[in-house]
Amino acid sequence: MLAVFPLAFAALLFCLGVYGVLARRNAVLVLMSVEMMLAAVTINLVTFGAFGATNGDLILTGQIFALFVLAVGAAEVGIGLAIILLLYRNRASVNIDDADLMRY
Amino acid sequence: MISDYAWLIPVLPAISAVLTLLFGKKMKGKGAEFGITALALAFVLSVLVAAEVFSANVQAVADLEEYHHSEEGDHAEDEDHAEEGGATDGEHAEDEEHADEAEHTEETSLRQGSPLDGVMVAAAGLEGLNLATEGGEAIEIPEGIHSFVNEGSLSLGQLGGDFELEAGQRIDGLAAMMFLLVTFVSLMVHIYSTGYMKGEPRYTYYFTLLSLFTMSMLIMVIANNMLQLLVGWELVGVCSFLLIGFYWEGRSNQHAAQKAFLTTKFGDVGLMVGVVSLWAQFGTFNIGEMIDMATHAEQAGGAPLETGLLTFGLISLFVGAIGKSAQFPLQTWLPDAMAGPTPVSALIHAATMVTAGIFLVARIYPVYQLSPAALTVIAVIGAITLFSMGFLALVQDDIKRVLAYSTVSQLGYMVAALAFSYTAGIFHLFTHGFFKALLFLASGSVIHAVHSNDMVNMGGLRKYMPATFWTWIIGTLALAAIFPLAGFWSKDEVLAGAFTKMGYTGNLVWILGALGGFVTAFYMARATTMTFFGDYRGKIDDTHPAPHESPRSMKWPLIALSVPALGIGFINLPFDFAHSWGFAAWTMPSLEYFEGHPPHFYWSLAIGSTVLGLAGLAAGYFMYRTYKAPAEDPFNNLGLVTTVLQRKYFLDDLYSGLIMTTIRDRISPAVYWINDNVIDRVVYLAGIGTRSLGRGVYRVVDQKVIDGAVNGAGTGANWSGGLIKFAQSGNVQFYAGAMFIGVFVFAVLFAAAA
Repeated sequence: MLAVFPLAFAALLFCLGVYGVLARRNAVLVLMSVEMMLAAVTINLVTFGAFGATNGDLILTGQIFALFVLAVGAAEVGIGLAIILLLYRNRASVNIDDADLMRY
Repeated sequence: MISDYAWLIPVLPAISAVLTLLFGKKMKGKGAEFGITALALAFVLSVLVAAEVFSANVQAVADLEEYHHSEEGDHAEDEDHAEEGGATDGEHAEDEEHADEAEHTEETSLRQGSPLDGVMVAAAGLEGLNLATEGGEAIEIPEGIHSFVNEGSLSLGQLGGDFELEAGQRIDGLAAMMFLLVTFVSLMVHIYSTGYMKGEPRYTYYFTLLSLFTMSMLIMVIANNMLQLLVGWELVGVCSFLLIGFYWEGRSNQHAAQKAFLTTKFGDVGLMVGVVSLWAQFGTFNIGEMIDMATHAEQAGGAPLETGLLTFGLISLFVGAIGKSAQFPLQTWLPDAMAGPTPVSALIHAATMVTAGIFLVARIYPVYQLSPAALTVIAVIGAITLFSMGFLALVQDDIKRVLAYSTVSQLGYMVAALAFSYTAGIFHLFTHGFFKALLFLASGSVIHAVHSNDMVNMGGLRKYMPATFWTWIIGTLALAAIFPLAGFWSKDEVLAGAFTKMGYTGNLVWILGALGGFVTAFYMARATTMTFFGDYRGKIDDTHPAPHESPRSMKWPLIALSVPALGIGFINLPFDFAHSWGFAAWTMPSLEYFEGHPPHFYWSLAIGSTVLGLAGLAAGYFMYRTYKAPAEDPFNNLGLVTTVLQRKYFLDDLYSGLIMTTIRDRISPAVYWINDNVIDRVVYLAGIGTRSLGRGVYRVVDQKVIDGAVNGAGTGANWSGGLIKFAQSGNVQFYAGAMFIGVFVFAVLFAAAA
């Protein structure tokens, strides 16, 4: 199996995530898009981990790192949702355009 | 050694001046006793100093002659003998060396320590030396034989670098002679003044000035360096200013004092330049060192002298002498100086002030010998003065003015003589000092009796004041150079000196001098006749008592002065009695410049000038025997000649009329206009320009550029901030997009670079 398939899939997924982050207005959806980007990166890690062993030695660094990313991603989602929840409480909206307090 | 204490001579009158000023009014004699005592002591001291100096000089000449006589015998003994000579001379040399004192650094001889064994001397002036040598040959002067010099100084402190300001004494023949003259005449004037100035409101002040004046002159005479001489010179000038203007209530007296001061000051500019020029040449102000270098004709380091600079300096110095000694063309102040009290005139004209210029030239006579050009100038100026100024006395009716012009003329003789013979010049100075003081004091006695200066109001005084008359006659005969009075010998020596040298200046001087003798005799006979012969022309009534002989205090100084006027000429007879003895040896600057004995004498010249003198006296007597009024005066009826003489050759008109008026009325306003319109305008414009420039700078540079930069920085920041604030939109997605684009761009760039 060629490494290009998972990598192409990851790139597609990442681009979708980028699009989501930049284009969606709903904060929850933006967070989900971020998760998609993370997932794309995780796929890359796993892919390189699987294909990186050139002389037969199995190196599990990518896989282990993917587990870490999943753990950190879960924690990040927890915090992100908490923030969105507070945003909603304060603004009664999760539209990202409404959260412009740091504007000039 | 008594000459170690010669510095007391000027100090005594100085003390007297202070005492007179402080305590004079409380004293019985109102202060006159201080001056008389001080001057009497100073005179005694002068006599002692002179005796020491003169005998040492005579001994030096005798030693020199002995040395040269023995030299003829065995040449091998020369050196031994030179030492012997030094040993016999040692009586003096040792005495001199004993006299080291803490504050006097004694320098008995400038010749000692000289690297030269014997100094070969230029032949000039030595023809008369009574040695085996023929005239014209150089005479060897061995080491150890030298003329008397007692030099010492007191440091007044260091001035800039190693230059030392000194007050010192240089006692040699010339100084000793001047001491004698100044102290004696001054003493006589002091005594005389107690009678003449009696009842004067400023009596004490007068005596203070008199002492101060004498002190100034003595400071000058004793000076061992040019700066001290200059100080004395200027002090003399100030004192003469104060004394000439003594009767300052009169406007014309004030003017006379100012004129005397300013005219001599004009000459002093030359003196200053001269002193500095000589310093540039010799590198020292010390007179002894200068004379020493001049004798070897080299500068301090042994480099040859620069004749141009030297001549310039010597002529500049002589300009100072022209001013002070009233030589043509700066003589105009001296007749006006008659405004002072008569005893002061005697002091000014005989012993101090006017002799200062002669003294100056005589003081550095060896230096003058190096510059024939300067000597020519001296001879010509002297000749012009001696001849032209005598005529001015012919039209004067003021008895003192006659004497004043006579002084100017006689000073001309001295100056001219110095160009040819040192001894003749100062010998005439010496004798003239006595008989001119006598004449002035006698005229003062007359004025005291008649209460007028004008000879028109005199006449017939012979009967009223016999003592004054006879002393006056002695003075007149001495001045007219009648045998055997003092003036005869000295004037004859002046003429003989010029006659010996020949050349056109020599001829000019002796011919004009002989003719001037006739004029001198004539105006003195005129003055004598108008004053003492005929009938008294003044009023005698209740308010104007008949003239009477002056009091004893005035009579005795006259008699005392008439003694030297009669006999002082005999100290320098042109006969060979004892050839190392005499005035020339006494006063020589050094053996190199010893002029020898006897002085030149020519029967033809002596008889000729005596005949001219007698003719002048006779002509004067017979022309004025019947004098009644100014209108009868023959010299008042000569048309143009009278005018020229009465206007004093138009010199006063030239100075005050032409030069002064032109400067005051033309040049000064023009210069003022230039000052006002050009210089001030430039200054004003510069001010305005600066102010507008400042304003421009303020407006453009400060306000626009600097403040512009400061404000611009602020505004720029504000403006650019206004532009880029829109990036801070608060839209997180916009930030993320920008970041994405940035990362993308960098990724592409890195990919391209790789």
